[in-house]
Amino acid sequence: MSFVSRGFRGRRREDVDSSRVPPGQYVTADYPVLSAGPTPHTPLDQWDFSIVGEVDEPRSWTWDEFRALPSEDITRDIHCVTKWTKLDTVWEGISVDTLLDGVKTAAEYVIQFSDGGYTTNLPLDDVTGSKAWVVFGYDSEPLEAEHGGPARMLVPHLYFWKSAKWLRGLRLQTDDEPGFWEVNGYHNYGDPWQEQRYWGD
Amino acid sequence: MAGAALLGRLTWQLAGVVDVVTETPRVKTIVFDVPEWLGHRAGQHVDIRLTAEDGYRAERSYSIASAPDGTRIALTVERLDDGEVSPYLTDELRAGDRIELRGPVGGYFVWEPGQGGPLFLVAGGSGIAPLMAMLRLRAAAGSDVDARLLFSSRSWNEIIYRDELERLRDDGVVVAHTLTRSQPAGWSGYTRRVDREMLAEVGAGPEHEPHVYVCGPTAFVEVVAEDLVGLGHEPRAIRTERFGATGG
Repeated sequence: MSFVSRGFRGRRREDVDSSRVPPGQYVTADYPVLSAGPTPHTPLDQWDFSIVGEVDEPRSWTWDEFRALPSEDITRDIHCVTKWTKLDTVWEGISVDTLLDGVKTAAEYVIQFSDGGYTTNLPLDDVTGSKAWVVFGYDSEPLEAEHGGPARMLVPHLYFWKSAKWLRGLRLQTDDEPGFWEVNGYHNYGDPWQEQRYWGD
Repeated sequence: MAGAALLGRLTWQLAGVVDVVTETPRVKTIVFDVPEWLGHRAGQHVDIRLTAEDGYRAERSYSIASAPDGTRIALTVERLDDGEVSPYLTDELRAGDRIELRGPVGGYFVWEPGQGGPLFLVAGGSGIAPLMAMLRLRAAAGSDVDARLLFSSRSWNEIIYRDELERLRDDGVVVAHTLTRSQPAGWSGYTRRVDREMLAEVGAGPEHEPHVYVCGPTAFVEVVAEDLVGLGHEPRAIRTERFGATGG
């Protein structure tokens, strides 16, 4: 018999499909913010996006060039390691497949890098095959700076810290390299369905 | 931090409630004894897990408010009326109860006396909790690091740790309150939301390269961090921790 918290009944959400809520998460209608420092504000005329590292030829786009790439609408559930889950979030952005189209690489890992110095690491396979996007729109509006605008990563199958805000590019690497939260106690991969929140999970 | 990592997974532990202290009408501090506790750094948090009789579970994270002290840890919890977990913690728990928790977690929003100062802490409401762990550690370690706290509360009766903060002044901590909704008669402190001018008056300036820690509701942290950058503080010197008043 596992432990029971005396007097705790909880408040089950009857309106939520529990199969969409990973273990330890709760559904929120709000859009909370998690970041480690101040929000950067890079003017669009100084913004660019680049693919660097283990590639045959680095790529770079200005804001206008980036926005001219084919984009799509994406509706997904997102899960933050701080316990909230938000269902059916609606984004507009560019598939990472589009950004990497034609790139020759032997890399197996990708490092997202952002304004403010934030980085987060993933296996390359986790951002290809229609699993990840660079998004600039949320709920039919431009993405607010507080939530990562002008552009952020969206990797909805992993905890949301794996979706870097204020994204400026992707660095492809043959070796893995733990990013900002990953060296600060958080799991290297971050699968919410395995509840991989912290080191050792 | 490294020690916990080497030991592998942060496992769920049964913690016993030692004491429940009323801080303000909406805020309580719950003191736990965690037999297997291996210590923590000021600023870290724990995860709490509640389990109902039918197996339904709810988890939340709470900052540790106490300085490292053996197997004791204190969590300071604000009751959110529509919350699922916080009303249980503030209204239901009493000494002798047990609860499941795991931690400590987090290696960034932390301060240790060895990092030196100056230390500039900016708190909104129950965002004081992890910052209090830092001030308590400073006191326990006998550190004389320049430390200043700017603390925004709604009213005099809602100042968490009010008496203890007064005592910390004797230890050289500069404590400045702003009361944003109502003030007692004769109040001579600030009466407005934290702004750039207030941050410049209370905190060590950017030329002193303070370690800045900001904790409170999202909107509070967003504005304060922006103002600090505007004053010339290095963005990387400003560590933030935000909580949305949602679901807790």
